[in-house]
Amino acid sequence: METKKLAIIATKGTLDWAYPPFILASTAAALGYEVQIFFTFYGLQLLRKDLSGLKVSPLGNPGMPMKMPFGPKWFKGINWNIPNAVQSIIPGYENVATSLMKMTIANNGVATIPELRSLCQEADVKFIACQMTVELFGFEHGDFIDGLEYGGAATFFEFAGESDICLFI
Amino acid sequence: MEFNKELDARGLNCPLPILRTKKALAEMASGEILKVIATDPGSVKDMQAFAKQTGNDLINSAEAGGEYTFFMKKK
Repeated sequence: METKKLAIIATKGTLDWAYPPFILASTAAALGYEVQIFFTFYGLQLLRKDLSGLKVSPLGNPGMPMKMPFGPKWFKGINWNIPNAVQSIIPGYENVATSLMKMTIANNGVATIPELRSLCQEADVKFIACQMTVELFGFEHGDFIDGLEYGGAATFFEFAGESDICLFI
Repeated sequence: MEFNKELDARGLNCPLPILRTKKALAEMASGEILKVIATDPGSVKDMQAFAKQTGNDLINSAEAGGEYTFFMKKK
């Protein structure tokens, strides 16, 4: 049987959106797929050596439940529906939301992003960083983890054109 | 049921039970049986899908008290 191929474009640089590319890539690799992820624009954040800058923002995101990861059950069940106007003027709101999200992630036995990224690398998932956006955002290769390839759209299509599944995330 | 190796995936959520299963199987010989214990309800469907796509044989699965036990025979 010929090896199946999965090509992913990762374009988001927040903690929540860091999950889909790494979960799908690591799982596909476990299923025997050959996998490449092309990181472009904000997706480059997912390749940084230090991932502590990944945050989640409930601001302008009506789909995000705001629940507390601690306390009695009735308390955890409350959805803290805070208006955007209020969220936007509280300093550190994103940091608090991110800490709470990280607690929820740990409570649920969900892997961390550094963990999932390492699992991808162990499984030979190939990471390609978009050189154009690296320059556009003023990054340097030293900001990123080792083992990356740097390329452009044509590099992506070389693999994606032969892929069985291609996802834009 | 007899098995050669046991994997405790309790408390782990998607996709970790599958990734750990894959890793455990990689260290085993063909025909050997891996026992996996998980608490993620999603693992029931995922283990079936994993077996189907990788050619490993899911010979038994059971649920008791919120724990799911799987026996996977390596291809």
